[in-house]
Amino acid sequence: MAELQKQAHFRETKQSRVKWAIIMVLPFVIFFASLFMGRYAVSPKEVVQIFANYFFGANFTPTWEDSAAKVIIQVRFPRAVMAALVGAGLSSSGAAFQGMFQNPLVSPFILGVSAGASFGAAMGLVLSLPSIGVQAMAFVFGIVAVAITYFLAHIYKSTPVLMLVLSGTVVSAFFQALLQILKFTAEGDEKLPAITFWLMGSLGSVGLNDLVISIIPIIICLIGLWILSWRINVLSMGDREARSLGVHTERIKVGIIIFSTVLTSTAVSICGIIGWVGQVIPHFCRMLVGPDHKKLIPATMFVGASYILIVDNLCRQLTATEIPLGILTAIIGAPVFAFLLRKTKGGWN
Amino acid sequence: MAKLIEVKDASFSYHGKDYIWQNVNLSVEQGDSVCILGANGCGKTTLFNCIAGNFQLAKGAINIDGKPIGDYSITELAKTIGIVYQEHSVAFPYTSLEVVRMGRTPYLSAFQTPSQADTDMAYGIMEEMGIAHLAEKPYSRISGGQRQLVLIARTLCQTPKAILFDEPTSHLDFKNQALVMKTLKNLSAKGMTIIMTSHSPAHAWQVSNKTVLMGKGGIIAQGTPQQVMTAENLEKTYDVRVKIHRSELDDAAFFCEPAFEDL
Repeated sequence: MAELQKQAHFRETKQSRVKWAIIMVLPFVIFFASLFMGRYAVSPKEVVQIFANYFFGANFTPTWEDSAAKVIIQVRFPRAVMAALVGAGLSSSGAAFQGMFQNPLVSPFILGVSAGASFGAAMGLVLSLPSIGVQAMAFVFGIVAVAITYFLAHIYKSTPVLMLVLSGTVVSAFFQALLQILKFTAEGDEKLPAITFWLMGSLGSVGLNDLVISIIPIIICLIGLWILSWRINVLSMGDREARSLGVHTERIKVGIIIFSTVLTSTAVSICGIIGWVGQVIPHFCRMLVGPDHKKLIPATMFVGASYILIVDNLCRQLTATEIPLGILTAIIGAPVFAFLLRKTKGGWN
Repeated sequence: MAKLIEVKDASFSYHGKDYIWQNVNLSVEQGDSVCILGANGCGKTTLFNCIAGNFQLAKGAINIDGKPIGDYSITELAKTIGIVYQEHSVAFPYTSLEVVRMGRTPYLSAFQTPSQADTDMAYGIMEEMGIAHLAEKPYSRISGGQRQLVLIARTLCQTPKAILFDEPTSHLDFKNQALVMKTLKNLSAKGMTIIMTSHSPAHAWQVSNKTVLMGKGGIIAQGTPQQVMTAENLEKTYDVRVKIHRSELDDAAFFCEPAFEDL
């Protein structure tokens, strides 16, 4: 390469290093802030000491009340970790689906995972299952919905993306209708409001147990998407071209669908429907790091984590009663999406 | 010369119904430049897809380097045969260099991404083709002709033994058509084996040393363009009378025009 180009390239890498440093450090800063911010005042120093005592067996003399330690360890910590994981999962699966469908407007719920999970959760609530049962039902039905979509779309040993989109629409509509039936027949005083609140999405009830169950599958699937990230570039050139480049398109697609579905289904089963994250964050990240999925997918994980952490903090601190997370992500997400659409004139070309 | 691609007694049908074409025989040697011509719907793209490994024959065999095409894994085939499909727009504005670098995919294991050496190779190929200035430009924002050249560069990154072109100049304007045809001629001059389908009879004279005329049901004629490109054969191929002219300026240049009065 010519010397001038090399210099330009060097400047760019220096700039992008700073950018990446910010992208990667930001979620950890917000995470830490989330632990001491809130109605129950605990100082940052106390947070560090509580953590050191609880996780590393340190012996700082408590300057705090017992309930403060409880709030930090059992409420704020799992909630903040979950917020980060859900944000990372929804955003990266949105980016992966957009690459696979060759369409930057696609949401991670396009294959019916949210409709299936909503139905499952509503069923759990109607049957008065304990919270773990409701989560399990939501998770299982999220997976079932996507599996039905996949098999409907599978023809002649391949799964054309157009067939996937259409099958996803059909399956979503079907599960939504089933959900309506449940809502229609649910007891008005108790169960109908429970279903409605569940659908609004919230991290309010997340505890350490939820974290223990979900952290490993979420991390495995995030790593899975990260491994596939460069191949998503090739897949986004179209199935036929990707095959001519030696890519097993069907395997990559199945990989993306499995990882994304486990991520979204886990997210939905634990904190309900949180819309507009999987669309907005990949768009925003494309502006930051460009369209290359090798950079885009990790960027969406970090930025998505930061975003949900921020929005969840707003949810619990903006008003006296907590605002459901799903409402706030939509209120912020829809106008931001509209702004990005206008700014880029509808396309990313 | 060794046969690189051999189509033997091949017949094709969709879902076991009527044959699209039958008993097709074609042998392509190293360094050959083959142009397949035929009317719309005669099955030349189907034949193309069979050689590309996308479709399976109903009868007969296709051997590549002496081995049945079905025995190739998808990556092995991508290392042996490069395919340049018609250019199309993409959803994301990857740089042209990034698109060219995708040609290294068959050489990467599942966990690998392209290395600096792969990037340098991609850039080197673009330099050689005279399109290095496009390297940092978004693939979605360059002209159709330039996109086609980028796709050719990507295919060269696969270091294949032969390259298949599916109507490489369709949708392109006059200059861009010339640009692509010049690139094909250069590749052929360097010894690359080329198989292309085309709608333009002129391409047969311009680049091929072997021309295949396809009609309904199979091959009408094949041989050197001088042997095959006769008014009679072209009339059979396209179902319209054709006049062939020899250029007054260049003895080796031919062009043909349809008999408009017949249409």
